[in-house]
Amino acid sequence: MSTDLTIHGHGEMVGSQPVHDAEHEGHHHKETFITKYVFSQDHKMICKQFLITGMIWAILGGFMSVLFRLQLGYPESTFPWLEDILGKWAKGGKIQPEAYYALVTMHGTVLVFFVLTGGLSGTFANFLIPLQIGARDMASPFLNMLSYWFFWMASVVMITSLFIETGPAAGGWTSYPPLSALGDASIGSQGGMDYWITGMALFVVSSLLGGLNYITTILNMRTKGMSMTRLPLTIWALFFTATLGVLSFPVLLSGLILLLFDRHAGTSFYLSDIFISATQKALPNEGGSPILFQHLFWFLGHPEVYIIILPAMGLVSEVMAINSRKPIFGYMAMIGSLFAITILAFLVWAHHMFVTGLNPFLGSVFVLLTLLIAVPSAIKVFNWLTTLWRGNIRFTPAMLFAIGFVSMFISGGLTGVFLGNSTLDIHLHDTYFIIAHFHIVMGVSAFLGMFCGVYHWFPKMYGRYMNNTMSYIHFWVTFAGAYLIFWPMHYEGLAGMPRRYVEYSGWSTFNQFADLNRFISTVAMIVFAVQLMFVFNFFYSIFKGRKVTSQNPWQANTLEWTTPIHPGHGNWPGEIPEVHRWAYDYGKDGKDFILQTEPLGADEQHH
Amino acid sequence: MNAGLELNNVVDQNKKIHPHKFNLWVAIGSIVMMFAGLTSAYIVKREQPGWTSFLMPIAFYYSTAIILISSVTIYLAGKSFVERRMIRYRKMVGATIILGLVFILLQWLGFRHLWVTGTTFHGSGAGQFLYIIAGLHALHVFGGIIALVILWFRARNTRIRSYNRVPVDVVSTYWHFVDLLWIYLFIFFLMVQ
Repeated sequence: MSTDLTIHGHGEMVGSQPVHDAEHEGHHHKETFITKYVFSQDHKMICKQFLITGMIWAILGGFMSVLFRLQLGYPESTFPWLEDILGKWAKGGKIQPEAYYALVTMHGTVLVFFVLTGGLSGTFANFLIPLQIGARDMASPFLNMLSYWFFWMASVVMITSLFIETGPAAGGWTSYPPLSALGDASIGSQGGMDYWITGMALFVVSSLLGGLNYITTILNMRTKGMSMTRLPLTIWALFFTATLGVLSFPVLLSGLILLLFDRHAGTSFYLSDIFISATQKALPNEGGSPILFQHLFWFLGHPEVYIIILPAMGLVSEVMAINSRKPIFGYMAMIGSLFAITILAFLVWAHHMFVTGLNPFLGSVFVLLTLLIAVPSAIKVFNWLTTLWRGNIRFTPAMLFAIGFVSMFISGGLTGVFLGNSTLDIHLHDTYFIIAHFHIVMGVSAFLGMFCGVYHWFPKMYGRYMNNTMSYIHFWVTFAGAYLIFWPMHYEGLAGMPRRYVEYSGWSTFNQFADLNRFISTVAMIVFAVQLMFVFNFFYSIFKGRKVTSQNPWQANTLEWTTPIHPGHGNWPGEIPEVHRWAYDYGKDGKDFILQTEPLGADEQHH
Repeated sequence: MNAGLELNNVVDQNKKIHPHKFNLWVAIGSIVMMFAGLTSAYIVKREQPGWTSFLMPIAFYYSTAIILISSVTIYLAGKSFVERRMIRYRKMVGATIILGLVFILLQWLGFRHLWVTGTTFHGSGAGQFLYIIAGLHALHVFGGIIALVILWFRARNTRIRSYNRVPVDVVSTYWHFVDLLWIYLFIFFLMVQ
């Protein structure tokens, strides 16, 4: 009896989140402006909220890089308009050293966390998971809504920190103590650092709420017939991303809590008896270890780079198969390599700490594990290239970005082999070489993957297409520009030019790079301008883009293209379709594509 | 045929773990990682110079007993709920709330005792970790108390009767988890000094 009641009781209990209920089909419940656009529990609306918030952050974070590239490219010039917008931070039209540190710190924080984690995972996990696995919404739409609003609060706190008197955090995006714990040593470690910690704590809560929902939804709410090995690779990638986030973000939170106590309560987790020249006094602390923070930080920090890149890999795999009109090559190998990357992600964090006095024997273990990542990465690259091989390629904007992603991932991955060696790292650490490496392999690659996703799924999100001409210009300028910006940085890094310095004119060694720096800065501004064009294209197309007239404009196999052009909350007006095959039956038995919902023919075998 | 299929579906759904429960398990994994991070930091930090240890305050032994008892009461609450003995269910939830509050109070007394006897934020050592780790744990217990209070009020509401087990199961699993977590932390602090 009790089980009976359980089954029936279920509907009424979750009445506030009725989406996975059979009775809900078809009818729209009453929506006000607030419940539809603001406190929405519809995963598609939450996706758009994440995407647009992420875009605002990307513009801000990108603009910060333009500002400090101005300083790096034109160290002798003054720009009076800078003083107009930055005030005392750019006295006389020249960016002050404190402002420079704050800009690079916030540029890193914003792009790594708020754009490429919140913006990327938040957007595509929310959009694609329920649509591609055949669910009406997330396991808990309410937690999902909370996830966005925590992200929003984190954003507000972080933005606020830009406007306080002592400025935002300025100790680098890694916020290593002791600097980040000592307000006396740097004004960027005063109020701004507290805002930074608070903002990050809220951000961690947002990622956790989102992540656990993504995992549960993928494992629990797949439609009938959707076995794990029939899932599109997007979902697999988002699943591993969420797993990484759920297991590594809490450790960052632990590290930040200890930092907060060191800053304000006088504890000695990271601080020892350091002498500060500004106050001419030694700290009363004893026995603290700044290396401890680095362990806690990089235990998240390394998985974090995979949190950024895995969703892009998933999006690219899907778009590449669709636009090559071929099944993805090595589907199981793709899943296996994603899994291997996820495991290795937790075992390599100390390669960020080779020069901290790490035991060389321990270092060599981390070298081995780090270089092992090349194996699954190479498998993935091989599979993408073989998917393209003899494909019937359609060069849509999304496809161009997907191919661009693979190019960037190869270029950046190769320099990773250099940096993964603890001996080479003695020379290369903290130089422009590392800047070039991670911007190409993680920053630009992930951005290209994200653009690929936006262009491809825009018709599903808004029922309109984006403008093609602007899209192509956007791709070619971004792609060529990214290489022109970051390729020369390898030379600078090999020559020993250190990162995070506001001014290099004091070193005659680096004077030879003055022209190169100006060139990089100029390209950076052009690329930034083209991103603004993308933003224009995006918003223009929401309202004025060419309308989508067919349900499945890309002739794709996955479930999201079986929904109406403008799906309501609940996604499918009737029953949720049943799945009979994997997502990659392209060019099979003389048919261009076969939807996942199509039953197997008599002569076909289960995948 | 059709009816048979539908029945199969129902059975399938019944075998599957409820999404909200699964959500909780993933969240538990996440919380475990947070405390694993903190306790590993403790182990690393132990090797540093200036490390001092502390004497476990007596209040923590009592609080351990209290939280163990509260696990029994929440178990009885769940059992009463399944048996539809709603009055007993409400009483047991109430008892768990009170035990939870007593637990937090005892933790506070333990902290006070430690602070007064010289384990403060000055210097360096195990005590500083204890304040933060046990403090965060108490915060998690407090979260459980809020959930219990919501259950208790729901059970008091006579207009809407709900026999859905899921929220009760979710809260009770969480409560057992914070209990186990404390036992782990308590033993950890006793063993690794």
